[in-house]
Order: sequence, then C-alpha cells, then structure tokens
Amino acid sequence: MIQQEIQAPFPGFFFRKPSPDAPVYVEEGQVVQVGDVIGLIEVMKQYVELKAEFSGTLVRFSAENETVLEAGDVIATLEAIE
Amino acid sequence: MISRMLIVNRGEIALRIVRAARESGLVSIVAHSEADTDSLAVQQADEAICIGPAQAAKSYLNIPSIIKAAMACQAEAVHPGYGFLSENADFARAVKETGMVFIGPDAEIIKRMGDKAMARQTAIEAGVPVVPGSPHYVNDIGDALMVVEDVGFPLLIKAAAGGGGRGIRVAEDRAALAKQLPLAQAEAQAAFGDGRVYLERLISRARHIEVQILGDGKRAVHFFERECSLQRRRQKIFEEAPSPVLDSATRKALCESAVALAQHVGYVGAGTLEYLFDDTTGEFFFIEMNTRIQVEHPVTEMVTGFDLVREMIRLACGQPLRIKQKEIALKGCAIEMRINAEDPDRDFFPSPGTVEALSWPTGPGIRIDSCLYTGYKMPPFYDSLVAKLIVWDEDREYALKRAGRALDEFHLEGFSTTASLHRRLVEDPAVKEGAFDTTFLERWLAKPASEYSNVKEGR
Repeated sequence: MIQQEIQAPFPGFFFRKPSPDAPVYVEEGQVVQVGDVIGLIEVMKQYVELKAEFSGTLVRFSAENETVLEAGDVIATLEAIE
Repeated sequence: MISRMLIVNRGEIALRIVRAARESGLVSIVAHSEADTDSLAVQQADEAICIGPAQAAKSYLNIPSIIKAAMACQAEAVHPGYGFLSENADFARAVKETGMVFIGPDAEIIKRMGDKAMARQTAIEAGVPVVPGSPHYVNDIGDALMVVEDVGFPLLIKAAAGGGGRGIRVAEDRAALAKQLPLAQAEAQAAFGDGRVYLERLISRARHIEVQILGDGKRAVHFFERECSLQRRRQKIFEEAPSPVLDSATRKALCESAVALAQHVGYVGAGTLEYLFDDTTGEFFFIEMNTRIQVEHPVTEMVTGFDLVREMIRLACGQPLRIKQKEIALKGCAIEMRINAEDPDRDFFPSPGTVEALSWPTGPGIRIDSCLYTGYKMPPFYDSLVAKLIVWDEDREYALKRAGRALDEFHLEGFSTTASLHRRLVEDPAVKEGAFDTTFLERWLAKPASEYSNVKEGR
C-alpha cells in the first residue's frame, strides 16, 4: 500500500476551505482523484491550490484549517487505492 | 504638537516613519504582529507593542486591538503608513474618537475620495478633467445613448459600487450597449447590492501619471508628478519623477488641477491624485485619489528635496503648511525600483526566505528604503516588497545609467527578487526613450528573453 505525506512546498497560511463560509475541499477518509484540490496555501498575498498527485484516500489531515505552515510541514496523508 | 506616535504598519514603510519620527523629535512606537517581532522597524523604534497574531486580519487590520494598544502605550498620534488601514474611514474615526491624532485626512474626506463615483463627481465640481462619460448614473438605454452623443465608443459600463477592476463591462457600439446595460445593472445589483451604473470612455492605451500634494485644509501645494506606467497586474514596479513625456504647459495644467481638487475638498496632509494621460492627444483625466503616503513617495522627495513624511505629521497635528508653491522646484530625475521577493523566472511567484548575504549599493545619488538585514527571516504572510532602490541624477539618461550601476552593486543571497527584471528594464530601448504605457510591461514580459539582444547575461 502506497502512502504519501503531502508536504507544504513553501511557507504560508493553510486553508482547508476555498472561503470561510464554504465547506472543506476534502473530508478525512474521502477518496480524491489526481489533480483534485485538497487545500490552499496563502503566501505573500497569493493563493496557491494544493492538488493530489495521485488518486487515493485522504487518510488524515495533519495541518488544521487556518494554521501557519513552514516549508516541508506535513499537511495530509494520502493512500493509493490498490 | 504631539510627542508619542504609534506606527501601525510593517516592512520598509514602518522604518521610514520611525526615521521621520526620530528627526521630528517624536518617540516612535511600532505596533507589530507576532510574526514581525524581529523586524528592523521594531529594532530601530524607541518602543514596540504587539497587536496580535500573524494574520493581518487579527493584527494590522484589527481596529479594536490597535486602539487598545495605542491607549496602553499612551500614544498621542497614529500613523497608518500605506495599505492595511491607511484609507479606512472607520479607523481614522476610531483614532480621533479616542482623542488621538490620525496622521491623514479626516474620515469624511477618506470616505468621499475613496468612493469612485463620488470622487469623480467631486473632481467635476472642482473643474478637474475626468475620463469623459456620464455625469451621473444612467437608468436606461435612452439615458445611455444621450451620453454616447458626447463620449463616443468604445465605452465602459461601470458599477458605482464596484472597484479593483470588478463590475466593469465593455460596449463597442450601440447594439452592444443596449445588450450589456441591463446585464451590467443586474450584475451590479447581485454583486454589490447596488444596481447603479455609469459610463466612461474606454482609454485603451494610456500612461499612469500622478501628482503629489500636501494641504493644510485651507491651502494646498503640489510637488510635481510621478510617472508610474510600468506595472504588472495593476501593481507598480518602477516609478520615476518627473514624467519623461510632459511638456511644461501640460505639467503646469496637470499639477494645478491637483491643487484645485485638494483645495476644493479642504484636504489635510499628504495625498496623491492619479490620472490617465493620453500622450497621443495630450489629454489627462483624473481617476482617483489616494489619501495617504504612497510607496513611491521617495522619487518626489529626491527631485524636490522635501521630506513628505515629516511634513504630513506636522500637518495632521494642525500646523499650517509652511512651504510655498514657488519654493518647490523640480531638480534632476529620480527612479524607484521595487525589489520584491518574487521570482521573475517563475512568473513572479513569491520567494520568501532568509537573507544569507546582503550588500547595498552606495555612492552618489542612491537611497535605499528597506526592511532587510543579514539573517532576517522574511515572514511569508504579507506583501512581497522588501526594498526600494531609489536613484537620483541630473537627468533621466544619467539616472538610468546610475540605476544600472546600483543594481550591479546590489547583492542579495537567500531568495529571488525583481532586481534582475530591473537590470533588464533599464537597458531596454523603449524604457530609455520613455516610450511606454500601462500595458507595456506585461507585453514586454510576454516576449521571450532571446529577443533582448541588448542585454548581457551575467556580469
């Protein structure tokens, strides 16, 4: 079983939702397809979408909504579907 | 006069204001977020106070927290810098109601000039040319077609409550206008809760020229213009004073119109009136006013010799304007290059990092306004502007050469910046000729680098 830890490519604020009132992009345990947006990182007033690199189950989020990330921090764990 | 001033900002402008405070004999107190405790402004200030977490909404934009901090440190005045709350009428009012001086105009003026339709109406009253269009709002196609008689096509249909490029539709002819008008009204109603729209001529190729003014409520003076046409995504990146294209008669008319508008509203403090200038017809049109100090104010200081930040503090404290118009003369040429922590080779993606090594250019005619120091770890939460490299020389040709020399002396390790973009720009033939408009830079950036045969790679 392939597991991947999704890391922050650069520092910034992490958001699990596109806007404060919207639902989260992905719930824990949900199946995502390659390219699906799983969160947003705001760096220097620019918003960058974080996308799944392969299809699988998003097992858990290690980073909470609206928290500060350093580059390399683990955001979530993705598990490939066999 | 006051003795203790709270500076509610960060980065290079917080430091700029700390310096003005020191020279004015004021105690400077920097209000900062948790992410900015080690900033150069905090180090250089007399005192510092934390106003909240890294998120701007919880610190630099948090009015209750700022007012509480201002009272706790017994500030008598609050300087908002630029951005954040600098043009927020509610903040200006809250500061005043607490019994402190807001370093800027009254809340009423901020509100009046901040509303685009109201600012346009105010300019018309003051006899200042605005982009040709409808004098008020248009209700239906009948109204709109009457405007067309005078203004012609293409037209912009703009939402009165819009801003930042939102709520704008283009109509090229009568048929398009008839079709777009009701759509624009419905859209404005849905987006802004206000369906009022007005019409403006579409000016596709124009220069951005702005006039710096100071006022004391009764009298205003201008400090000539700045040319800010080199922009990327509506963000200025390279500014100069004076504009390379104005003849003396146009300059005089432009600057006098700015003074007329400032005096018409009884303006207090430092302000900037932005215009579109069409260099094919020589016409200029007022577009908006910024009721604060601007990023690019140093070029004006370099060509006039006055300190605008010190003066705006005096004026906000109720002192009369001590400078007469005839004492303000234009000397030489100044250029400001914005050094942003962005990578020009990666579509200007932000490049936060730590300053590993740093040496600034020095020598004749150079000014650096920056928040950087060796070892500084830049927080990733705010604007990417980290330094302003400003040069002055006797004329524009020399100023561009000096800018190139300054960029060659500038050395920064730790992250990418826009310095490499400026190094190419100052060698560009069109830039040397001053032949550009607000669309120039994006077109220039879209061309492959191999077309710039004039640029040497490396040094």
